[in-house]
Amino acid sequence: MPCTVTMTVNGKTVSREVEERTLLVTFLRDHLSLTGTHVGCDTSQCGACVVHVDGRSVKSCTTLAVQANGASVTTIEGLAAADGTLHPMQAAFREHHGLQCGFCTPGMVMSAVDLVRNNPTPTEHDIRDGLEGNICRCTGYHNIVKAVQAGAEAMNSPSAKAAAE
Amino acid sequence: MYAFTYQRPSTLADAVAAAQDEDAKLLGGGQTLLPTLKQRLAQPSALVDLSGVAEMKGIKAVDGGLEIGAFTRHAEVAHSDLVKATIPALASLAEGIGDRQVRNMGTMGGSIANADPSADYPSAVVALKATVTTDRRTIAGDDFFTGMFETALEPGEIVKSVRFSTPDKAAYAKFRNPASRYAIVGVFVAKHGAEVRVAVTGAAGSVFRVPAFEAALAANFTAEALNGLSVSADDLNADLHASADYRAHLVTVMAKRAVEAAG
Ligand SMILES: Cc1cc2nc3c(=O)[nH]c(=O)nc-3n(C[C@H](O)[C@H](O)[C@H](O)COP(=O)(O)OP(=O)(O)OC[C@H]3O[C@@H](n4cnc5c(N)ncnc54)[C@H](O)[C@@H]3O)c2cc1C
Ligand code: FES
Ligand code: FES
Repeated sequence: MPCTVTMTVNGKTVSREVEERTLLVTFLRDHLSLTGTHVGCDTSQCGACVVHVDGRSVKSCTTLAVQANGASVTTIEGLAAADGTLHPMQAAFREHHGLQCGFCTPGMVMSAVDLVRNNPTPTEHDIRDGLEGNICRCTGYHNIVKAVQAGAEAMNSPSAKAAAE
Repeated sequence: MYAFTYQRPSTLADAVAAAQDEDAKLLGGGQTLLPTLKQRLAQPSALVDLSGVAEMKGIKAVDGGLEIGAFTRHAEVAHSDLVKATIPALASLAEGIGDRQVRNMGTMGGSIANADPSADYPSAVVALKATVTTDRRTIAGDDFFTGMFETALEPGEIVKSVRFSTPDKAAYAKFRNPASRYAIVGVFVAKHGAEVRVAVTGAAGSVFRVPAFEAALAANFTAEALNGLSVSADDLNADLHASADYRAHLVTVMAKRAVEAAG
């Protein structure tokens, strides 16, 4: 039985008919063609699908689209500025080689941004702990941690703070 | 996933009415239910999403303890100043559940209703002398967990809130599965006046207390008091993560760590 969901995705209001069982990740990728959000597992463990729903990071493969009805959703496509300037966390991942194949990266970046918003000066331990739900099969995590440290500093800079307002 | 209908009632009474359909399933944070549905291991005809029920949310101080709404997310318990000030062991247990994204969605009611043998909250329910309030009655925490994935809940019965008693001292120590973060063995130790409770999760089909540890700690609340004590491996879980003997060993080790952390 199809139902209508309406939510704000990356600042734009969208409304679509979906099935009740449609996952949020399916809605984003197949209905809205926002394929930056990835699916890396079917056991809710890898974090490739992490997006923000009302400011909290969640696994979009373990959330129904109807559960996000009325919510504000941000995906990796919504992080960069309108002119294409990368979000400081994205820039830090590029700068510090926080990715190799890049499959896990959208989820890593979304988790990292949520982590830093709640803990502006995370220690290495906080970062490793905060990225528990994100699995990377390439990097060995070391450069991801460095990237998140640098990204956190950049997010705390006065200019980045002004841009985020 | 098989198809189902979906509703999001805004009162407990409406949720109870919707849950009367025997093929309906309650939806908490979905962090256990949705993976199960994705694997087609269950086929409910209807999902009743509890996220709109205001009566099931929030954390408040009550006489002798804390009352936590069943639809309170793990992250809210972990970050609550009230929980951190009143029962810090409970906040730290919640902070150790799964990962950040699971904690942002998963709820206390969903966790205890699911009664996974390796879930964390059941140990707190038992060690903190909790009572579970449902839409129709109050159940003592000691009587709530009846077996592996089994509780005292009747079909369609909804957990509304859980009331925990504030202990004098408490701590939870978990030896976790590094992949899933579930407890291979988790031990919650709590001292309530002269009484000490030791509740073990992960080791057997359901949470259990260890009377010999409790007696030793009631006489002398130190890790050394547990020297030479152990539980029998006979009824413990054995799987690819840990043998029953290893789990039995971990129960003592984790209990000692919890006593040390409780101070
Ligand atoms: C990757 C991963 C790691 C995890 N790691 C851990 C861990 O380390 N420790 C741990 O304890 N848990 C862990 N979990 C499980 C997690 O804590 C779940 O959130 C929890 O078990 C279920 O809560 P939920 O709110 O998501 O419930 P749901 O998945 O929505 O529901 C679970 C069951 O409870 C029923 N239910 C839900 N709410 C109620 C209610 N109020 N009254 C009656 N019945 C209800 C549902 O019908 C369903 O049968 C993990 C999960 C994942 C995906
Ligand atoms: S796709 Fe792996 S956790 Fe969502
Ligand atoms: S960069 Fe390849 S999975 Fe992380």
